[in-house]
Amino acid sequence: MANTSIRGGLKESPHMRELRYTVHLLRQSPLVVVGILLTTAVFVVALTAPWIAPYGAEQRIWGERIQPPGPAHWLGTDESGGDVFSRLVWGSRLDLSIALTVVGVACLVGASVGGVAGFLGGRVDEVVMRITDIFLAFPALILAMTIAAALGRNLTNLTIALAIVWWPGYSRIIRGQVLTEREKPYVEAARAVGAPTRRILLRHVLPNSIYPLLVNATLDLGGVILTAAGLSFIGFGAGAGVAEWGRMISDGRNYLFQAPWMATFPGLAILITALSLNLVGDGLRDVLDPRLRR
Amino acid sequence: MREPLISVQNLKTYFHTYGGVVRALEGISFDIYPEETFGLVGETGCGKSVTSLSIMRLVPNPPGKIEAGKVTYRGQDLLQLTEDQMRRIRGSKITMIFQDPMTFLNPVLTIGEQVTEVIEIHQDLAKEVVLLKIEDLKDKLARAQGNTSAGRAVEQRMRQLEAELETPPKPRRRELKKAALKRAEAALRLVRMPDPEKVVKQYPHELSGGMRQRAVIAMALSCNPDLLIADEPTTSLDVTIQAQILTLLSELEKKIGASVLLITHDMGIVAETCDRVGVMYAGNIIEVSETKALFEKPLHPYTRGLLRAIPKLHKDVKNLETIPGSVPNLIYPPSGCRFHPRCPFKMEVCDKEFPPMLEIESGHSVACYLYPEK
Repeated sequence: MANTSIRGGLKESPHMRELRYTVHLLRQSPLVVVGILLTTAVFVVALTAPWIAPYGAEQRIWGERIQPPGPAHWLGTDESGGDVFSRLVWGSRLDLSIALTVVGVACLVGASVGGVAGFLGGRVDEVVMRITDIFLAFPALILAMTIAAALGRNLTNLTIALAIVWWPGYSRIIRGQVLTEREKPYVEAARAVGAPTRRILLRHVLPNSIYPLLVNATLDLGGVILTAAGLSFIGFGAGAGVAEWGRMISDGRNYLFQAPWMATFPGLAILITALSLNLVGDGLRDVLDPRLRR
Repeated sequence: MREPLISVQNLKTYFHTYGGVVRALEGISFDIYPEETFGLVGETGCGKSVTSLSIMRLVPNPPGKIEAGKVTYRGQDLLQLTEDQMRRIRGSKITMIFQDPMTFLNPVLTIGEQVTEVIEIHQDLAKEVVLLKIEDLKDKLARAQGNTSAGRAVEQRMRQLEAELETPPKPRRRELKKAALKRAEAALRLVRMPDPEKVVKQYPHELSGGMRQRAVIAMALSCNPDLLIADEPTTSLDVTIQAQILTLLSELEKKIGASVLLITHDMGIVAETCDRVGVMYAGNIIEVSETKALFEKPLHPYTRGLLRAIPKLHKDVKNLETIPGSVPNLIYPPSGCRFHPRCPFKMEVCDKEFPPMLEIESGHSVACYLYPEK
């Protein structure tokens, strides 16, 4: 089944071949394709913000406050004359970079801590897992709020706070995977050819354990955006006037009846981004499922 | 008397489990000489695999522990080496191939990546990198025949490289990979893998069982080891492939001059491939002999039982021969000779003390009271 869909056969590199097969599997589900397209669109918007946005992120047009959507301002303006469309476009940069940083840092820390704990086992494992238990026993949102408040309310500190509460989950996932992988015969074979422990962990065990983490990370990108926006909404993240989606909703809620566009469009942006990332994550999970793969 | 390549003396490996201490190896001794195939036969659970893992020092600890004994290889006791020294021996001097080649290959790495890994761990490829560069330049020179000025520049560069051969510089990562890949392809060619240039780019799941086992053998042989431990290398393969792999093993043994420790429960394989055989029963070696002598004149009652139990096709038999009784529990092994509860020739002394290993004929030793010391 696998090989029929692979054009080019063995001429290309093995990694390309697997990638091609993955893409082939991904294309089987229309929802996943929609998710990928939307996600790509959001990322493209974020990368090309300076060319797309007609106005600056915090540019004010004082003469045109609270304008409804129209040809001059596609999605209207807010109470201080900011162009909602422009602010949304600029905001995608902030929210995506928060999500990527948080998930990236959490993955890195979680994978190394969980990987080492699972592979070495014994006392190291016990200590590390109890530490993650402490983190996980605390309500994540409240912990993040506490850290963000203690560090000072701005987006950088919000990112740090979220990364701190996010890694223990990942270290648990990786540890569980490593525990099953390290007992597999190929690990013994690697020992038998004289591979050092570090090499066995990095080259043999981790690559075999990383897939569930990838799926979770993709799903979590949406989750982090939601959480970051939520924390910004209640005042823990972006300061006044910053073009961040959560902050924009928070600013717009006072005008919900006079100027619904101010809160609605940022809300839609969050919805679409989180939804499309979730769709991609679901797709990845299916594609990386070994039972489905071969 | 030939000097043994590896000499195992009084090796004891116990497993400390919740249910008690499993005495998996109760003081076994044997020698393997250079360029011979030594077979270790016995039924499931008699300690064959534990023997190989103990030599490699790969017994999972806990619960396993090598309690006593010596494994002498080139004058050094492997059991006394540090973990790092032992690691350098594994894969380069003493290597191992396993029963099921599928599960012993890493599913996410290509065959090429896995074979080169062994080479990269153990071999200094700096010189080969330079040689490879010279090779490339020679090609270039051949192509640039007409153009003299370009040819001269290439020649000059070549002389420069040849000077480097003595003290090769530390190669870059990419050059190292390339040289290792060349070696890997050579190793795959050695095990007669069809189309090695293609196979290095394939993943284990894309290969057939026989090809996988060939790849595993290539990994094991890529560093020209002295001893290859083959733990039931053909059990998971079908019979035609079995024959191919066994032929390959004995060929390679001659080609690279390695010894093979072949672990199996199949007397047919022993008869076909081994020079000498050790018969194991419940954690002891009970008989050691040249293969031919063992089949012609088995001494130990257990060995005789084993040989009788091989189904014979030229005789019409209703029931297959068996050895009465079952394998003893190794937590509470029988006293004295561990075979005595099942032995048809049981004597008074048998349950008192384990019989000593005595050389009855030249090169044929047995541990049994039936054969008193002369």
